[in-house]
Amino acid sequence: MMNNKLLGKSIVIISALAALIIISALVYILLDIYIGGKNYLTWEFLTSNPKEGMTAGGIFPAIVGTVLLVLIMSIACVPIGTITAIYLSEYASKTSIFTKMIRFAVNTLSGVPAIVFGLFGLGFFIQFIGAGMDKAMYSDGRLHWGQPNLLWASLTMAFLTVPVVIVSVEEALRTVPDELRAGGLALGATKWQTIRKIVVPNSLSGIMTGAILAIGRGAGEVAPILFTGVAYFLPQLPHKLTDQFMNLGYHIYVMATQSTDVEATKGIQYATAFILLILTFSLSFVAIIIRYRFRKKIKA
Amino acid sequence: MQNKKRESKNSLSRKFRLSEFLAENTIKLVSFTSFAIIILIFVFVFREATPIFFHTEKKAVSQEFSKSESYGDESAQSSKDNYSSFSSGSEDAASFKNLTQKEWQPVSENPKYGLLPLFIGSLKATILAILFGAPLAILAAIFSALFASKRLKEIIKPAIELLASFPSVVIGFFALMTIATFFQSVFGLTYRLNAFTGGVAMAFAIIPIIYTVTEDALTAVPKYFSEASLALGATKWQTALFVIMPAATPGIFAALLLGFGRAFGETMILLMATGNAPLSSFNIFEPVRTMSATIGAEMAEVVVGDTHYTVLFFIGALLFVITFIINAIAEFYVRAKLMKRFRGE
Amino acid sequence: MKNIIVLLLLAVFAFGFTADNKVITVKGSDTMVILAQRWAEKYMESHPGITIQVTGGGSGIGIAALINGATDICDAPRPMKASEREKLKARYNTLGVEVKAAKDGLSVYLNESNSVKELTLQQIKDIYTGKFTNWKQVGGKDAKIIVYGRENSSGTYVYFKDNVLGGEDYTSTMQSLPGTAAVVNAVVKDQNAIGYGGAAYAKGIKYAAVKKDDKSPAYTPSEETIKNNTYPITRYLYMYLKVRPTGEIKDYIDWILSKEGQDIVTKVGYFPVK
Repeated sequence: MMNNKLLGKSIVIISALAALIIISALVYILLDIYIGGKNYLTWEFLTSNPKEGMTAGGIFPAIVGTVLLVLIMSIACVPIGTITAIYLSEYASKTSIFTKMIRFAVNTLSGVPAIVFGLFGLGFFIQFIGAGMDKAMYSDGRLHWGQPNLLWASLTMAFLTVPVVIVSVEEALRTVPDELRAGGLALGATKWQTIRKIVVPNSLSGIMTGAILAIGRGAGEVAPILFTGVAYFLPQLPHKLTDQFMNLGYHIYVMATQSTDVEATKGIQYATAFILLILTFSLSFVAIIIRYRFRKKIKA
Repeated sequence: MQNKKRESKNSLSRKFRLSEFLAENTIKLVSFTSFAIIILIFVFVFREATPIFFHTEKKAVSQEFSKSESYGDESAQSSKDNYSSFSSGSEDAASFKNLTQKEWQPVSENPKYGLLPLFIGSLKATILAILFGAPLAILAAIFSALFASKRLKEIIKPAIELLASFPSVVIGFFALMTIATFFQSVFGLTYRLNAFTGGVAMAFAIIPIIYTVTEDALTAVPKYFSEASLALGATKWQTALFVIMPAATPGIFAALLLGFGRAFGETMILLMATGNAPLSSFNIFEPVRTMSATIGAEMAEVVVGDTHYTVLFFIGALLFVITFIINAIAEFYVRAKLMKRFRGE
Repeated sequence: MKNIIVLLLLAVFAFGFTADNKVITVKGSDTMVILAQRWAEKYMESHPGITIQVTGGGSGIGIAALINGATDICDAPRPMKASEREKLKARYNTLGVEVKAAKDGLSVYLNESNSVKELTLQQIKDIYTGKFTNWKQVGGKDAKIIVYGRENSSGTYVYFKDNVLGGEDYTSTMQSLPGTAAVVNAVVKDQNAIGYGGAAYAKGIKYAAVKKDDKSPAYTPSEETIKNNTYPITRYLYMYLKVRPTGEIKDYIDWILSKEGQDIVTKVGYFPVK
């Protein structure tokens, strides 16, 4: 019996230890990266251009590039994701093949490696759509759309983040009580009116969460944009959809592996990593809090 | 619930309304997008990879083609400038024999596109990541689902979910800077960047997914399982270990599969932390080159339409198929089994 | 909410249709992008009215863009491949125009603690092809040689292979890193490491003096030895055009080859062609 008790205790302790290890690793990474870059974390660093062959100066163009990327991405992925979620929770019958197909696609999509999205963006958007557009719209034989750019990178990223939006919005829609739907219908509203005026407004926070999570994901991924639009260094900010752009994640990668002076730029590398980390971290923090609050609301 | 839905559908069919019809069908159409994306990925990644299967001998490029006019060089450096004339290389199309050999030397006089070392590399790094990440993640899930107080659980769960928001490029950077140095000084490793370092770093990327799915599986075990066990006099931990865990096994298995799929396709961490040498050894302290990192490193510079280009797409197609199969197993097989068990069929 | 979305969409559209100015576009190697950028900055200062757009992405991408007509000038630290020339020929019936814009020496990096100071080209070749695997084979201590190199997508990889390895393949134990900075970083941290990369990157790292063969003297990469070709591993950085330059592009290239342009080359860490 004594032995049993000991065994029981040790299981609890070991499992608690595992949780502790994970959380302390998380804190350690954060601290390590913060300490490495803290001397560079100034307002100026955020708002100035890289200087002297990217061995000094700030990361402003990388921030702008990342923001533009996630903005255009969300314009594409939030509506698609939300509408799919509405279909899945409001219209779809659980047993129809169509529904099963979509569910399967959503699950599969979230498991496709990021780098495969990158290849897909190159093969589909650039080599197929872009080159096709060039052939159809221009006769000068030059490349306009058939090369890596902001639009193609954003759309590639949108495809990657659609499942994130779907899952999160669907969860929110499910928490809208059926009484509300029944109430709407009982008052003579049609199904679509009920969805538009009652169901969607009641799950706005869920849609927000979905968008925030998608943006966090999109801001941090590098592999999908490697061949679809990101650039090592650009002297000016992107000003149209066919421009290439700089990106925080890619900036970390190239600074750590391809900068002209590794030692001198170490601080910049850490600081950039810290900025990106804080960005994705706080986005997902906000999302978790929103979600936590509405989960609590439902339980109450 | 099911009835209510059906009722509302009936009430709708009373009167045909155009706006309703349009709304429903537009929504249906848009929701088809995700399925279309999967098809598109499949089609377009394979489309670029297909030339592999129809290999044609390219005729050798005649040397007279290969000299550009030069400009601004009138002061004529000695004509024996020390670059050799273009190593055009016979741009050998990849045959299956070429794809299955043991060497990856795509830029060479006779390019070798052996995928074996890359596959071994991916497998090695993935298995290491699972070995490090899975025990930690599963134990942590057990703790927060079964033992932790509600308060503690409310800290642990979101914290580990936050780990999921770490961009892989940041984890890769951390691995390159800190983990690699740490392991080299502790174990006195010959190679600073190796499969082991990459595996440990990648564990951070898969812990959140394994944790979340395992936790879900454990909390999804119906209450009467544990109530029955406790009523029979079992202790809390005995219930956890011998009742809840076995009931949730398929879910944990699914978690492992999903973690495996995630790790297998991960790019940035491996690109930065594994040393990228295409070796086919099984020594975990030697550098590895993985399939995903190979695409990431080489794609930017290849000539579109080249053999090398198609081989890289072929690797992408393989990655897609492998992760697809793993996810499908996790999805269908495991979920079906879990359902059956809980319904007691 | 709706308003915000409409505004956003408008912004994106406005952004999508901004008019283009008349510009010279330069695209190509990431190795050269910093240099190209410096040239462009200085040139635009003294020549208002001309905009020079510089983007990196890689030599392959730059050459593809040249072939497809998406860029005026392509930067590449390696000569164009025959297959690429063939495409250019097929499309425009020209073989392109090559401008040697700067010179670069490839340094062989060693760790600070390594007792080896000099290497012959043959020894370097043997190390990189995998014939030598221990430092004592080249006069160092008894330790395994850890070989670092660049990814096969880089011009440096190809150049080193063609000119130092005589076209032979690299040993498969070579760890390929995505950039020269990563190689430098690895060699600094790894006692038994050897690596190679542009001389411009060799800041704060020891490099081997290189001998053509056993009898000839050893040279370290410096402006002098690279300029007069006594340092055995030098290469050109190229600019490619479709046809002989005219107008603004000709002015620009002439300026790059002038003293002013070549001074910038030195400042960035490469070496002038003349």
